[in-house]
Amino acid sequence: MAVILDAQALCKSFGAVTAAADVSAAIERDSVVGLIGTNGAGKTTFINMITGYLKPDRGAIRYEGRDITRLPPRAITRLGICRSFQIPQLYGSLSVFDNMMVGIGIMLRNAGLAGYFSRREASVPGFGRPPREVAEQLLGRFGLLEDRARNAQVLPGGARKLLDIALTMVAKPRVLLLDEPTSGVSAEEKFGIMQMVLDAARAEGATVLFVEHDMEVVSRFAQRVLAFYDGRIIADAAPQAALADPQVKRYVVGIRA
Amino acid sequence: MRLLISAILVLLAAVGPWLPQWAMFIMTVALARGLVVLGLLLLLRAGLVSFGQALFYCIGAYSAGALGRFFGVSDIFIQMAAGAAMAALVAFVLGFLLARYRGIFFGLLSLALSMILYGLLVKTEALGSTDGFNILPSTLFGVRPAPEWVRYAVLVSAAAVAAVAALLVHRYLQTPLGRLAPAIKDNEIRVEYMGASARQAVHVKYVIAATLAGIGGALAATTVGHIDPEMAYWTTSGEFIFIAILAGTGNVLAPFAGALVYGVIHTMAYDLSPNTWQMSLGLSLLLLIVFLPEGLFSRRLKWR
Amino acid sequence: MKIVNVTHGSFYALGAYAAASLTAAYLARGYPPMLSYAVLVGAAILVATPFAVLIERGILRFLYVRDEVVILLVTYALFLILEDVVKLIWGVNPYYIAQPYALLGSLQIAGMAYPTYNLVLVGAAVFFGGGLAWLLHRTRAGKLLLAVIHDPEVSRAMGINVGRYYLATFVLGSLLAALAGAFVAPTVSVVPGLGVDVIVLSFAVVVIGGLGSLPGAALGAVIVGVVRSLSVHYLPQVELFVIYFVMAAVLALRPRGLFSLAEPRKI
Repeated sequence: MAVILDAQALCKSFGAVTAAADVSAAIERDSVVGLIGTNGAGKTTFINMITGYLKPDRGAIRYEGRDITRLPPRAITRLGICRSFQIPQLYGSLSVFDNMMVGIGIMLRNAGLAGYFSRREASVPGFGRPPREVAEQLLGRFGLLEDRARNAQVLPGGARKLLDIALTMVAKPRVLLLDEPTSGVSAEEKFGIMQMVLDAARAEGATVLFVEHDMEVVSRFAQRVLAFYDGRIIADAAPQAALADPQVKRYVVGIRA
Repeated sequence: MRLLISAILVLLAAVGPWLPQWAMFIMTVALARGLVVLGLLLLLRAGLVSFGQALFYCIGAYSAGALGRFFGVSDIFIQMAAGAAMAALVAFVLGFLLARYRGIFFGLLSLALSMILYGLLVKTEALGSTDGFNILPSTLFGVRPAPEWVRYAVLVSAAAVAAVAALLVHRYLQTPLGRLAPAIKDNEIRVEYMGASARQAVHVKYVIAATLAGIGGALAATTVGHIDPEMAYWTTSGEFIFIAILAGTGNVLAPFAGALVYGVIHTMAYDLSPNTWQMSLGLSLLLLIVFLPEGLFSRRLKWR
Repeated sequence: MKIVNVTHGSFYALGAYAAASLTAAYLARGYPPMLSYAVLVGAAILVATPFAVLIERGILRFLYVRDEVVILLVTYALFLILEDVVKLIWGVNPYYIAQPYALLGSLQIAGMAYPTYNLVLVGAAVFFGGGLAWLLHRTRAGKLLLAVIHDPEVSRAMGINVGRYYLATFVLGSLLAALAGAFVAPTVSVVPGLGVDVIVLSFAVVVIGGLGSLPGAALGAVIVGVVRSLSVHYLPQVELFVIYFVMAAVLALRPRGLFSLAEPRKI
């Protein structure tokens, strides 16, 4: 299978703290990969480096063969790699609908600076429809249409997560990085949300990487698991094998055998 | 909105000739200040408080004045165009530096730049140093109006320009760039992660705000008849901020209404008690902020 | 404390005026001139404290929950008000009290006569700067204040009386400004508008040094002072705005100032 995203020997330290030590992973197109590990193991740092928020001290990241290591987040988003956040990053003072409209507006600009001044009925690249319809379509897919007029900051936890992910989907990602998509979501909703998100992503033909602490979610949805500990990847296998790995059991799941 | 603005314009043009000279003066000055504040509000919506809009106001004024002093040009529209062009040019250059900053750094840096201009002008003999210089009486498309019609001519020209500006800004606020302002204020990281450069967006907004201020400055210069470096002093920027608070960020007409109210308050405060007009101003500002944070004019007509 | 306080300049002016008028009255009565320094300090504290308490408890306290910009605008409004209040109380004529300055004479340094008073001022600055640093980092109260600055909500949840710290900080800061004004009073003519120049300069110093950094502010002050003196001596034409140039230059190279505090992780 074709490799769409290739991290090569990434190293990153913050003073005395090593967040990444020689992290390498080749992600295959259309796969669904779960990233597991304790807090501080380096999962979010990994995502931050891929998306350009942090620059690795050493190592390289290639996307479809192209070196993207030094690019800033906005360039990486425009190339098709998008991420959602551990703590949902929303525009708090705007309504749910306006949150989407901001994101869609940015898509218009990506076609050229003049896009910044587009008319209301302009066709959104990648969707072929005017902004309002695109917003409604995406909100509908994530079950947020009834909340469209509410301010983002008053939404409950699960809805915030979904809005965060919906915003991420606006940019039509080819690679979707989800940072703890079900954290803060109640137990009975977790599977439902994960299914919703994966269906939406797969419909667009996106490769998905997701950070997750709930091992049931990981077993159910991931095709492949990368286990992090102390800045290194200690296991890289199918979920069953990875979760049975003694090191993973000890350092990630917390079972002392 | 288009209807409302056109109606106001027509009303003004019709009623104008019957208004006393002082009323026309106050209204024209209000239009000039309103233009500056219109630009200021664009920046405020993005969370940027510019303490240096006076920089472009002053550039606009001096451009208009220089046209008259060195080239003998006194057409009011050319003056406004010159003010706009010079201000836009300077803002384009300065924007490369300024657009990187937020919060208090943006505020102080904009203040510093405006004070640098002040310092430069004070030391420039050719432009009259602290005294400044007077501006030629306005002409309109080559025609010099009779003395009693000058104010009216200027008022109507100003109103026309302000109307166009207001309409353009109104449209602008519904475009993707316009919508980006509150997003930048709320969550710049999200903006970057959606593929937009916040720095670039701020740069564009800065240039637009500066252009408006430049037109306002040229207009003010023409109306008052005199230009001096005080126009770049930080207290001038403070006045614009006061008006912005008074007006609120609700709609494109608010800055002009706010400027008018400010002009009236300022004149009254000065007449009532010349020694304590600053206190009255400060007191009014304080009461406004505490009790009417949305401004006086932003309650009913909201942006769409 | 994330409070941009324009009123600071007003306290500087208040301190200067209070010191000037009270010390002049004191000396006029023929009391020992050597004690006039105590009067300077006492006057500043006496006048500044009630104003500071009134402002913080009466107005600022209710506005911390709002946008940062709101506090900035409110302190600007207060600054305007206090400018005129000072004029109302002390009039518009200049005050001179040269005696405390002249009394200390001058020292011979490197072949030049240097006013002793200025050296005492430098010493006072070091004393207060060091004292503040010690207060913040070595006393329990200081450390609690640092906690409050970082996160008022968490501090409140841990039982710290956040309101009291905000009040104490504002009063302390305003007192320092007033003292500065009092110390400067004997070296200049105290006129209206004293607060205006100083507030813009102080912001420049703080921005150059880096927000929230004490050593940064000290370094910034030294830089500003030296640059100003140099420009007055060599290039008087640029004296008016050379400071703004320096500020713009520093910010261009180090966007958060010379010593900026570490940023907490956002994502």
